[in-house]
Parts: sequence; C-alpha cells; structure tokens
Amino acid sequence: MTEIGSHNDVPENLPEHGSDHGHEAARKDPFANPGLPPHEFRRQDIDPKAARHSERVVTGLFVLSMLATIGFIACFVIFPVDKIVYIFPFGHVSALNFSLGLTLGVALFAIGAGAVHWARTLMSDEEITDERHRADADDQLRENVRQQWITGAKESGFGRRKMIRNSMLGALTLVPLAGVVLLRDLGPLPEKKLDHTAWAKGKKLINSNTSQPLRPEDVQVGSLTFAQPQGLEETQDDFQEQIAKAALMIVRLKPGDIKDKRERDWGHEGIVAFSKICTHVGCPISLYEQQTHHVLCPCHQSTFDLSDGARVLFGPAGHPLPQLRISVDGDGDLVALGDFEEPVGPAFWERS
Amino acid sequence: MSTTTEEAPAQRGRPSNPGERVAEWADGRLGLYKFAKSNLRKVFPDHWSFMLGEICLYSFTILILTGVYLTLFFHPSMNEVVYHGSYTPLQGVRMSEAYSSTLHISFDVRGGLLVRQIHHWSALIFIAAMIVHMMRVFFTGSFRKPREINWLFGWTLLFLGMFTGFTGYSLPDDLLSGTGVRFMEGAILSVPIVGTYLSMFLFGGEFPGHDFVGRFYSIHILLLPGMMAGLLVLHLILVFFHKHTQFPGAGKTEKNVVGAPFFPIYTAKAGGFFFIVFGVIAAIAAVATVNPIWEMGPYRPDQVSTGAQPDWYMGFSEGLIRVMPGWEIRAWGHTLVLGVFIPLMIFPLVMMSIAAYPFIEAWVTGDKSEHHLADRPRNRPVRTGIGVAWLTVYFILLIGGGNDIFATHFHLSINAITWFVRVSFFVAPVITYWITKRICLGLQRRDRDKVLHGRETGIIKRLPHGEFIEVHEPLSQQQLHVLTAHAQPKPLTLAPEVDENGVARKAGPIAKVQARLSQNWYGEHSQIPKPTAEEYEEITSGHGHH
Repeated sequence: MTEIGSHNDVPENLPEHGSDHGHEAARKDPFANPGLPPHEFRRQDIDPKAARHSERVVTGLFVLSMLATIGFIACFVIFPVDKIVYIFPFGHVSALNFSLGLTLGVALFAIGAGAVHWARTLMSDEEITDERHRADADDQLRENVRQQWITGAKESGFGRRKMIRNSMLGALTLVPLAGVVLLRDLGPLPEKKLDHTAWAKGKKLINSNTSQPLRPEDVQVGSLTFAQPQGLEETQDDFQEQIAKAALMIVRLKPGDIKDKRERDWGHEGIVAFSKICTHVGCPISLYEQQTHHVLCPCHQSTFDLSDGARVLFGPAGHPLPQLRISVDGDGDLVALGDFEEPVGPAFWERS
Repeated sequence: MSTTTEEAPAQRGRPSNPGERVAEWADGRLGLYKFAKSNLRKVFPDHWSFMLGEICLYSFTILILTGVYLTLFFHPSMNEVVYHGSYTPLQGVRMSEAYSSTLHISFDVRGGLLVRQIHHWSALIFIAAMIVHMMRVFFTGSFRKPREINWLFGWTLLFLGMFTGFTGYSLPDDLLSGTGVRFMEGAILSVPIVGTYLSMFLFGGEFPGHDFVGRFYSIHILLLPGMMAGLLVLHLILVFFHKHTQFPGAGKTEKNVVGAPFFPIYTAKAGGFFFIVFGVIAAIAAVATVNPIWEMGPYRPDQVSTGAQPDWYMGFSEGLIRVMPGWEIRAWGHTLVLGVFIPLMIFPLVMMSIAAYPFIEAWVTGDKSEHHLADRPRNRPVRTGIGVAWLTVYFILLIGGGNDIFATHFHLSINAITWFVRVSFFVAPVITYWITKRICLGLQRRDRDKVLHGRETGIIKRLPHGEFIEVHEPLSQQQLHVLTAHAQPKPLTLAPEVDENGVARKAGPIAKVQARLSQNWYGEHSQIPKPTAEEYEEITSGHGHH
C-alpha cells in the first residue's frame, strides 16, 4: 500500500500540462487539456476492512476453482460416457459432457474472476503515463544507415557486375518451377471425365432405396423416386465419384401435362428421368412439389419445372437439369437408352 | 556505457532469491533485464473495447490447445469402414474413417465431445471477435499511421481464420460439411479456363475422391494455423512497439500513453481474462450442442438435408451465391459461368477493399501525420458511414445466405426474400450510409451545444417574473476538452488552373478525384464546425441562460 499518495511524489507521471498549469492554460484556451486528474482512492485503499473483504473474495474464488477441478475429476470417474439425463431447460443431454463442461467452466472462470477482482480492488489503480516515440529515424541515423547500405552494395558489386546479377535473378526465378512441377501429380487432368457418367445403353434403373430394378408400374403420379445405374455397388472403390454424377430422379407425369415435346419423347408413358445433381453448384435436388411438378434444390433454392424440360424457374442455377432417355427392356424394367447427352452438375469452362 | 555493463556482473554477488538467480542466468544469455526494463511497466490504456482483441488471442489459444487434443483421436482418412461404435442409429453404416473417428470422439472418448464442442465454439467466437475487434479499430480510426501494417496483419488473420474454419468443419466428412465442400467444388469449376484443372488437382481426381480430408487436414492443422501464429506474434509485437491507442481525455495526448502498467495490473487483468473466456466457452460447450454430426450421417454426394447452412462467418458468401442470377454465357464451345464466378470474385474484392481502406483514406485526406488518439466515430461521419454501409451489405448477405431459414420461420416467400436481398444489396448501403452520416452530424451538433451551453439538467426553474427556464450545467474542463479535442482538417483543394506567372497547369484526373473525395470527406457537409474559444468566451461571459 505504499502507492497511496504517491501521485505528487512522481513528477514524471504528470502530463506536459500538469494540473498546476491548468488554470493558466484554461485562461488562454477554454478547451485546454486539464491534465491527469488527481487519483481518487477506492474503499480498499483507505479502509483495511474493505481490503480484507476483497482479499477473502479473491481467495474464495481461487478455492472455488480448486473445488471445481476436483469436481471435474470426480465427474470424469463417476459418469459413464453413454449416460443421458434430462436437465431442464436443456432437455436430454449427456451427463458426462454437461458435468465436465460446467465444472471446467467454473474452475477456469473462478481463476479469471479472482485475478481480475484482485487487480481491480487490491492492486494500485493509479494511472501512469509513458511517452510515445516516433517510429521513424532522425536525419543522422537515416544517413548512417544509408551509408552502410551503400558500402555493402558497393562491396557486393551488385550494381556493377550486371552479368552476375542477371544470371542470379534468372536462377532464382526458375528454381520455384521445380516446386510447381512437383504439384503436377496432385490429380489427373480433367480430360472428358466430367462429360460422362456411369449410365449406358441398356443399363437398368435401380431403385436407390430398395436396390431392385424399377418397373413402370412402381412409379406413381406424384411420387419422386431416386435411382442409380445397374452394377454400381456401394462397396466399389469409386462409388462416391460415380454416384456424384449418376444420381437420377424419376417422376411420372400425366403425358398431357408434359409441355416439352422432347421431354415426352425421352420418357416412357409419362415417366421421365432427370439428373439429381443441381446444375448450380452440384447439390442433390430432393424437394418435389407434386401438384406443380417443380423440384427445388435445398442448398440454394434453384427451382426447376419437371413438366417443361426441367427449365430453371427461379434461383441461381444457369441451365436445365439434363434428362436421361429411358425405355423398357424385355424384362419389363426401366432402362437407359444411353448416357446423358450433356455433362451433369455444375457448369464449367469446357462445357459447350 | 558498454564497458561498465561488461564489468558489472563480476562485481555482483550471487542473489539469495532463487527466482532472481534464474533471472540472472537468463539475463546472461537472453539480455532479459534490458528487455524487461522497457516492457515490465509498459502502459496499457483501459477501455472496454480494447478487450475485443484479447478475446481473439484467447480463443485462438484455446483452439490450439483443444485442436492438439482432437488430433490425438481423429483419423484424417477417407478409407471406407463399416461403423460398429456405440452410436446405435448408425450401426453397420458405411462411412469414411474421418466420420467414424469423429463419432468415436463424440461418443466413446470421455470428454471428447466436450473438447470438440469447445473447439467449434471457440472457432465461432474467434472469428466473431476478430470482426468486432476490426470494427472497433475501423470506427475509431486506429488503423491510421503508424498502424496501417498492423491493420493488414489483422486483416490477413481474419481472412486465414475463415479458411481455417472452413477446412476445419469439412474434416468430419458428414453430410452437411460434404455438401459445403461440394459447393466449393462447384464454385471452383466456374473459374474460367483452369476451373476443372483446379478441381481435379484439389480433390486428386473427380469429386469427392479419397484425398480431400487428408489434404484439408494438413492445411487446417499445420499450414494455416502456422501462418496465423506467425502473424499473431507480429501483430502483438507491433502493438507493443506502437503502444496502444487511447481515447481523448484528461491528461491524454498524442505524445503520451496513460493507463495501467503491464506488470502487475495488465498481467492480472488480461491473464485473468483468458481464464474467463475459456471458462465461458467451456460452459457454453456444456449446455449448447454445436455441429451434431451424428444427426446428419456420413456424406454421400446424392443425399442432402434441408436447411443446409455453413458456419455463420461463411454466411455472406452463401448469400452471394444464392441471390446471384444464374447467368451463363455459352460461346465457341465454352461456358462462362458468371452466375457462380461473379459471387466468387466479389468475396475477395470486398476483402481487398477492406484491406486497402487505410491507404485509401490517407490518400483522400492527404493525412501523413501519426495518430495515437482514437477518433470518436461521430467526428468522422464519412468513415463511420462507410463502415455501417459495409456492415449493412454483410447483414443483407447473411439474410440471403439464410433465405430458406427466413422463409420457413417467418412464413415468407423465398422468392420475395431473394428479390429483397438483390435490391437491398445495392440500395440499403446507400441508405444506411446517408442515415449514419446524418446521425453523426446530429451528434456533432449536440456536442457543440453542450460545449457552448452546458448540459441540460432537467431542472426547471421559475424566474421572479414568471418565466420558466431549464437550468444548464456547465461542463467540466475534462468534458470540454474531450468534446473539442478532435482535429477538423480542411479538404484538399486543387491548385489554381493558372499559376502566378500566367502559365496554365492542368490538374490530372486523379488529382481531381482526390480533391472531390476530400471535399466529400472534410467539406462543410461532413463536419459541424466545433466551437471556437471566442464563441465560448462570448457566451460564457454573457448574461443569463440559454
């Protein structure tokens, strides 16, 4: 507590226009900086009882933290990892997660609160002043550095020996190319990979939910069915890449409802198959309004009209969903008559 | 000087205090005492808003601590496994090792779920705190000379922070994050000429491939945090070097810094605040579930859930991509996907303009002097207006990014929301800029009135002849100073078209733009003249009340 009353003993803590000059300055300029106000003492500075109380509060917080840490260890041991409890208003929660989080929270928070309370009530709250210094150098230093630089530059001969300089710059420019070349095998070239899918002539449409071949009578008006090409198995290595392009959605419309002639021709008795992959940035489309025949991508809300060649009605997609030509094979199952005629999914530079 | 310091240690006795002995040892090797001399009692000004940067620093520290823990259990692999862990709804489901190890952390590692949630919550808070901290620096003009480079460091930290967040939440390979990665792939494909190449190289082939989790992992845990840790150290070194800004007040000038010493006050308060931030985040992680990946299931490119949303800080880019019309230009066998590419480019352009702002403002105002006193936002209406306009665009785009959520929660048409965002993107920032500027000018007028006529006390007094007046209380010297401490620069003016010798000199178009902008910045429509000493004398020496 030796800081008490030290304000007047430390003249360097006073700003340029100290309080003793304040009145003089104010006479000249009514808005002059009055200087650092005199320090006001807190209760803890003058009342030992208040200081002792603060001390007890800080100690209490640190003790609380210790108890909470012990509680944390206890909860870790006591609660099984899969125990679910009901706690109002949070609902059914993991007992372990809930108790560990709260005890850890208290253990940490109490340390912080104790330290801050200590600083605020018991450490000196007297403001002190420091001078600022400009970042830039004075003329003498600048000249000194300039000379050093010129000496070094001269000694290197960097400016004089142009052949050395230029060949070094050339070498330094070329050598990063080695690093760039090394990145080549990050992936294959695109080639025509994005233009083709797993669909081909004669491949059956397999219901993605039942894994059974789809028959025309399975597809009812108003329902939305997802399908994948025959022979594509979840266990195969490139399943994710293939399904990312081949995913198909199938709806049945009343033939009279189909406005687009090509769409009707490429379907079978009103059953039409479109790519499920949105032409915007590639989300799978999954929301179907059976009365309007609109499908909506849940990611960015592009809306397509399945009764009119899947043209874009709204949203950020730039072109219609590609349609797959389908028919029925000798077994009475729906089959593809070929691959999509255009790339599925998001547009890209090479797409014509 | 140097000869005496070299001799001194030999003459000194061995200190009895063990702590001091350690310090002596370190001093002989690190020059500890010389470093401590100028830093141990370093002054830090106090203001609640100076705490925002601390939240960034502490949440970053928490991210490193919890992140290291998570790496002990997480398997950054896309190899397919069949799940046989303790979360029954996904028993027997095929999934990547990344997803199954995240389930393992959440359901089988004791405390694993807590650390995962602390990590995720810290990331959300980290980026929020960085943006709010940046706003504080912006609105108070604390980015001005000599702190422009530190603004760039901070800006880079925000930029990298967003990508670290994105690569981080993509790692579990759940249905939601995979959808986000697919969105990124679609956006990359839209890049003219090289889009498909970039996509193939990033994913090691066609999307999703088997590589991106492993690649994102090294970017997320090594490359980006390593860069950020370096920038963070540089950021703090510059804060120490420049010394913190302070608001105008009694005893505070451009040449000094007033506040509490680093040791012990700031050490205790800031050190304590770390534990407070950590404690609060731990408690949040205890009661509020974040990113429940088990509810979404493993990623499959042909499946999706509704209401898919990125983490909040990516919301504005989501908004850009959702409200942009689907423009595609098809010619000569190629497609230019403007509907995706334009939003993809607006994102870095907006970020770049924020980075360049300190330099633009210094150029417009022709200001080359050092500034250490923070501006009160009202005294810089144009800057404040620009900041609010930028925030407006940001929040409008957040609405656009959540247009489906807004539509379902408020029973609105999604088309109407999208059109609202499209129009507001251009109109709303202009309106809020104008309103903000008017409010700032109004507040400047109020300050002027307070200085000249004192504070309205709310006390009504009746004079002997029956007149009622409100008693005004004169301001204290400190208040008078604070309200008049700001400089009111004059706008730049173009040199006359013809100089004194009658020779015509034309101002270039750039100089004309600069003068026009400067007029807009500091002209008479952008600042209310602050009261002069004469005006003050005249009114205070006069009689009666006003």
